[in-house]
Amino acid sequence: MSLTVKDVKQIAHLARLSIDDDNVQTYADNLSGILALVAQMNEVDTDAIEPMYHPQEVMQRLRDDKVTEQVERERFQKIAPVTEAGLYLVPKVIE
Amino acid sequence: MMHTKSLSELSTALQKGSLSSVELTQHYLDRIEKYDSVLNCFVTVTAEQALNSAKQADVMLAKGEGNALTGIPLGQKDIFCTNGVRTACGSKMLDNFIAPYNATVVEKLNACGMPMLGKLNMDEFAMGSSTESSFYGATKNPWDTARVPGGSSGGSAAAVAARLVPIATATDTGGSIRQPAALCGVTGIKPTYGRVSRWGMIAYASSFDQAGPIAASAEDCALLLGAIAGFDEKDSTSIEHDVPNYTAGLNDSLQGLKIGLPREYFGEGLDPAIASVINAAIDSYKAMGAEIVEISLPNTHLAIPAYYVLAPAECSSNLSRFDGVRYGYRCKNPENLDDMYMRSRGEAFGEEVKRRIMVGTYALSAGYYDAYYLKAQKIRRLISDDFTQAFKQVDVIMGPTTPTTAFKLGEKSNDNISMYLADIYTIALNLAGLPGMSLPVEAVAGLPVGLQIIANHFEEGKLLNVAHQYQQQTAWHQQMPAAFMDIDKG
Repeated sequence: MSLTVKDVKQIAHLARLSIDDDNVQTYADNLSGILALVAQMNEVDTDAIEPMYHPQEVMQRLRDDKVTEQVERERFQKIAPVTEAGLYLVPKVIE
Repeated sequence: MMHTKSLSELSTALQKGSLSSVELTQHYLDRIEKYDSVLNCFVTVTAEQALNSAKQADVMLAKGEGNALTGIPLGQKDIFCTNGVRTACGSKMLDNFIAPYNATVVEKLNACGMPMLGKLNMDEFAMGSSTESSFYGATKNPWDTARVPGGSSGGSAAAVAARLVPIATATDTGGSIRQPAALCGVTGIKPTYGRVSRWGMIAYASSFDQAGPIAASAEDCALLLGAIAGFDEKDSTSIEHDVPNYTAGLNDSLQGLKIGLPREYFGEGLDPAIASVINAAIDSYKAMGAEIVEISLPNTHLAIPAYYVLAPAECSSNLSRFDGVRYGYRCKNPENLDDMYMRSRGEAFGEEVKRRIMVGTYALSAGYYDAYYLKAQKIRRLISDDFTQAFKQVDVIMGPTTPTTAFKLGEKSNDNISMYLADIYTIALNLAGLPGMSLPVEAVAGLPVGLQIIANHFEEGKLLNVAHQYQQQTAWHQQMPAAFMDIDKG
């Protein structure tokens, strides 16, 4: 499976990654190379194989619903790019 | 020459009071100061904090408190969150990130009274096999500074090899403990998935990532692994399984041990000089009473293809948290929210990280899920079944850790596929969640070679025992790169 420049732009948009126009062709080549490597999987018939999602195949455990840690808003927001009045600021979404 | 001593020798001296933690910590800080400008193992050196911790460790030691690790300094891979200290994970994205909490691994080692010397370099978000993708520049291999130390834990392996730290933490998603340990001539163990808590360890591929130590010997690894292993309720994938005393079984006899040699690990692509020194190591095991069994892991060739679907899929999801909103890098003057997401991520992630995010995004996108992600999970089952079959016949599996010795800086950095293929022997066991380790055998043309040992789930004790017995018979693990050893001073 070979990816086109248009495919790469679409994937980059889905992943919310800006990439320079000059590099799009290189990414198309790189990603196509990875997909060619991955295509070796198709040599094997896996119709009857159960997928393995996790190495230990354990169930998620439940815990008691009790408070263990407090949110330390002031301390955590110190490392944020922009905050105001205890809120994270982002560019305006609604005009 | 404190830096040539083993952890247990240092520990004995600390307990007796013939050495203080402050002296020992200062000794390593001096070595870092002297040599790290050449090697670039450290992203951040925490000298003042290390000396303060060392003073506290000396108080603990004087009171007879603490354990065999108290007072011994270490380096932390920069993937572990360290409260109040920058945790950059090799990325521009987190260059300004001062972690507000400690990873469980860090918390446990702090509680032992181990001063942290600093944070060690790595491939960006642990994606790489050479440490060249770090935003902070490549780490150099102490055995030949024109060569890579391996990756992603290249800073950890190189720092231990040059004895800039007595021991270091590392992580392994597809070989990132074992491959750099092999290329730098040191010993590293990747535990069973779920053995060590992943809390506070920045996620790359969550169903593979696992932390472990890199040190000069299996005995040293055993001490550290014992301190970090165990259930953690903060990590939902951590397993409730007793932690044995890893040092207690080190001297068990290997008489009758069944060692499986997978023919797929000795085939095409393996440097014949490496095959030769690996076979010599296996002969040493025969001399210790082990029995050699030829086995097959027939789906080995599918490990890299399956990994390069699953790991990128998990990474594309994990790395979506880096959005420029709550912490990390944000682009200048965003026009709108989408522009902020796109440029913050586009400007702060490196090429390899972007490639893997895009591959993962594609593999998980509508219409492709079955062909890639589901298919790879089925292949994962086949690979895991290969090991299950093998462990019905043998106690441990052995082979080379890598197909070649350390390659030159820049040699593969523009060819991502050839970089991926260098992990041919290490990736399969991550897919199966198994523990594995690498230990140095005879070098080839002055460059270290690693023997990989693989065991069944939760048999880290067996791995350490098997490695330790070899290190009792041979001295390859005591070889050190002369340029960094201050040997002239005696």
